[in-house]
Amino acid sequence: MKNYWNSIPEQVKRISILLIVIVAAFIVIRANLVPKDFGELGHYRTSAIDEIIAQNLKYGGEILCSECHDDVAEKKASSFHKNVSCEVCHGPAADHADDPDSFTPTAPKDRDTCPICHEYLQSRPTGFPQIISVSHNPFKPCKSCHNAHDPTPPETPKECSACHKEIFSVKSLSHHAFVECKTCHKTKDNHRLSPREFIPEKPTSRNFCGQCHSDEIVNNDEIPKISMTEHEPKYVCWQCHYPHLPEAK
Amino acid sequence: MIDSEKNDETRRNFLRKLCYSAVLAFVSPSLVMRGKNKKIVEWIIGENYNPYDHYWSMGIDINKCIGCGRCAESCKIENNVPKEPFFFRTWVERYHIYKDGEVAIDSPNGAINGFSKVVSEKSLEKSFFVPKICNQCDHPPCVQVCPVGATFKSIDGVVLVDANYCIGCRYCIQACPYGARYIHPVTRSADKCTFCYHRIVKGKLPACVENCPTQARVFGEFKKKASPIERFRRMNKINVLKPALNTEPKVFYANLDMEVK
Amino acid sequence: MEEIVQHLTPILNEVTGYIFPNEIELHWGLLVVIYPYLTGLVAGAFILASLVKVFNVKELQPTYRMSLLTALAFLIIAPLPLLAHLGHPEKSFEIFLTPNQSSAMAMFGFVYVWYLMAVLLLEIWFDYRKDLILWAKSEKGLKKWILKSLSLFSTDISEKAVLFDKKAVKIITIIGIPSAFILHGYVGFIFGSIKANPFWSSVLMPIVFLFSAIVSGIALVLILYSFITPLRGKEIDMACLDKLANYLFYVMIVDFSLEALDFIHRVYESEESIKILSDLVSGKLFVSLVVIQILIGMIIPLIAIALIKILKWPADLRKQIYFLSAILVQVGIFSTRWNVVIGGQLFSKSFMGLTVYKMSFFGLEGLLVSMILLIAPLFLLYILFKLLPPWEEARNL
Repeated sequence: MKNYWNSIPEQVKRISILLIVIVAAFIVIRANLVPKDFGELGHYRTSAIDEIIAQNLKYGGEILCSECHDDVAEKKASSFHKNVSCEVCHGPAADHADDPDSFTPTAPKDRDTCPICHEYLQSRPTGFPQIISVSHNPFKPCKSCHNAHDPTPPETPKECSACHKEIFSVKSLSHHAFVECKTCHKTKDNHRLSPREFIPEKPTSRNFCGQCHSDEIVNNDEIPKISMTEHEPKYVCWQCHYPHLPEAK
Repeated sequence: MIDSEKNDETRRNFLRKLCYSAVLAFVSPSLVMRGKNKKIVEWIIGENYNPYDHYWSMGIDINKCIGCGRCAESCKIENNVPKEPFFFRTWVERYHIYKDGEVAIDSPNGAINGFSKVVSEKSLEKSFFVPKICNQCDHPPCVQVCPVGATFKSIDGVVLVDANYCIGCRYCIQACPYGARYIHPVTRSADKCTFCYHRIVKGKLPACVENCPTQARVFGEFKKKASPIERFRRMNKINVLKPALNTEPKVFYANLDMEVK
Repeated sequence: MEEIVQHLTPILNEVTGYIFPNEIELHWGLLVVIYPYLTGLVAGAFILASLVKVFNVKELQPTYRMSLLTALAFLIIAPLPLLAHLGHPEKSFEIFLTPNQSSAMAMFGFVYVWYLMAVLLLEIWFDYRKDLILWAKSEKGLKKWILKSLSLFSTDISEKAVLFDKKAVKIITIIGIPSAFILHGYVGFIFGSIKANPFWSSVLMPIVFLFSAIVSGIALVLILYSFITPLRGKEIDMACLDKLANYLFYVMIVDFSLEALDFIHRVYESEESIKILSDLVSGKLFVSLVVIQILIGMIIPLIAIALIKILKWPADLRKQIYFLSAILVQVGIFSTRWNVVIGGQLFSKSFMGLTVYKMSFFGLEGLLVSMILLIAPLFLLYILFKLLPPWEEARNL
């Protein structure tokens, strides 16, 4: 054994001692510094989860609101705003739920809040109720006509353009300006009261457009005519032509 | 008049107490203990929440998004995200696709102040909004590259950041294909969407889902029979962002356009 | 907080197209450019040194110890820019405590320590041990004790022991070559493995990094050798210099071919990202990539060295052309690192827009700190040269 020790070159012994000291120091330091709960559930500190869930709530959520404000919740539940959570308009109110006296959420009174959703934008899905606020009863607060918890128009609209303004304004510039909506869309009167339940009909066949545009029909010469049998017979008209603006490319 | 107000007051107080006692009744009985170590079991009992019973995901329906930006705003309020327009856990993009094929995208202040009208000489083919958020990948590249284990996928499938352990090397930000991470300017640690983890363990919805007025965002359990997400996936044609990268996102999009990346 | 916001706000107006809001802040700045540049010099200088020991290239003997000390000086400074760019440098030790096995960056700690401890320090120690003992004997005072402790108070200078040293150096060098490849190849892998970034994501990235590292290392030793030798009043060994330039030339050819292959491959495959990347290369990166990196840093030095080989110019002219070419190569390689690190972050991961990089002068991420970090290895090298003279005449044979 001693022979073997002596056979190791002197420099290797010195280097080895240094190496052992470094490795030992690393092991000791590492054992003391790695967090105790590291690696229990995965390659992370378990207490990180505790720290994350300790974060305070700002929004209480609609269910919490309705526990006390059940009257409003009930009214809203059957309205167009049934999916709009209370805090969308009233702001974060978890503090209010914890201690109602300490903090009272505000209700929007001006004209700034409703247009966040209801101002007309091209990118908004069709059918979503939108207004152009500069021309829609300027300076009048929204709530003087609409109840935000049950939003319906103050009076039943008479004209289609009251709700479908964008389509109306496009159509009014087109060759179809004088074709009434009802000419193509059969609409029940109830549509004005509950628009989603009574959806207006749309034309279903090529022959509908052919009533005016077929070359077999004799009427005003200014109306463009096509042969119903030869002109792209496989398609229905509105696959290529937009009826509200038929001259569009 | 005064009497009725007082009545309302006492009724609300009574209801509140009733709620509290109901919660206590649920919390106190011992739960079925799962998980090997004591810590996690204590945690499950404390919050009445067992992470092994859940696997979270989100659905986003492009056709329903109106670009109001309430998700982005409520997220910043709920999670103390800095107000400046360089730090977002979620944001909404607007796409304008013109007939000549040009695509214009914008997201001014992440949509928090809404969008202004765009006036363009070109004729528009279509336009829509796309909410973006951390995709909570099932195979998250950010977790793969974190050198110290400061970001991780929790048992219930949410990718979280341990802000107190993060060294701020920003490798996770480089690895995220969705731009969903940022360095929090105050903590100087990486930060990102947690699906409002502090809310979901308490049985509440994430702030963005709670405050979406059109239900464009749906939240729930992934791969469970009765869950809003499974219904969403069944009823719609589903896509995810950048599927070729094989990150396996758990944020599913319905009616997603090919221009969205 | 306010500082960051002030820095970011003007960038909002300089973005073209659309970038994700979180991308306004460019995350890896100048410091992360310097880091791969420095490690590249380390790997290059070491591989040059190993040519002497493993492949027995006798002409390069005068630069052997110089290369080793250069590698050491740059390796010691190399992690500093990384440390300075961290949000929490005080927690950096976690990378040694809980390294994430799937993270290329976590392996940094181990690759670095292995290379520093097991390769460079060990090789230098074995190579200098005999000299350290002899120098310590002839010195007095503090320096004697520094030299003694550097030799770990070793005393054995018997022929057998010295022979063992030589054998050890050779073995360590053989281990050292793959280690140097790993050291810099892995830096390339840190970038090349990011699938989210099509500019970085490439299998060729580690190998391109490696060859550009060897180029920069050889050029650095060439600069140091032809700068220091006249200062010491000695004659430059032209055989050595020609050999250095030869190796530089060949490695540059390989490096150039690899980069060309990478370029052709990207253009030919023409994937989803090609449009935004060609916008980037023909726009914001044109000067730093096409003009500086390829033309000034690659083609001009290649032509210059090729002309020397063909025309057999006199020694004085050769020295100057080698020196200038090596300087251009350094500029080119620094530019390569810049184009990879900064260039890879100038386009959005939405592939729909480009952003800008704004450098500040003061502050940790600023130009001033970066300049200091670039000069620091040279100061360290000066101290090492004083302490452990690498010159042939100082050697005790």
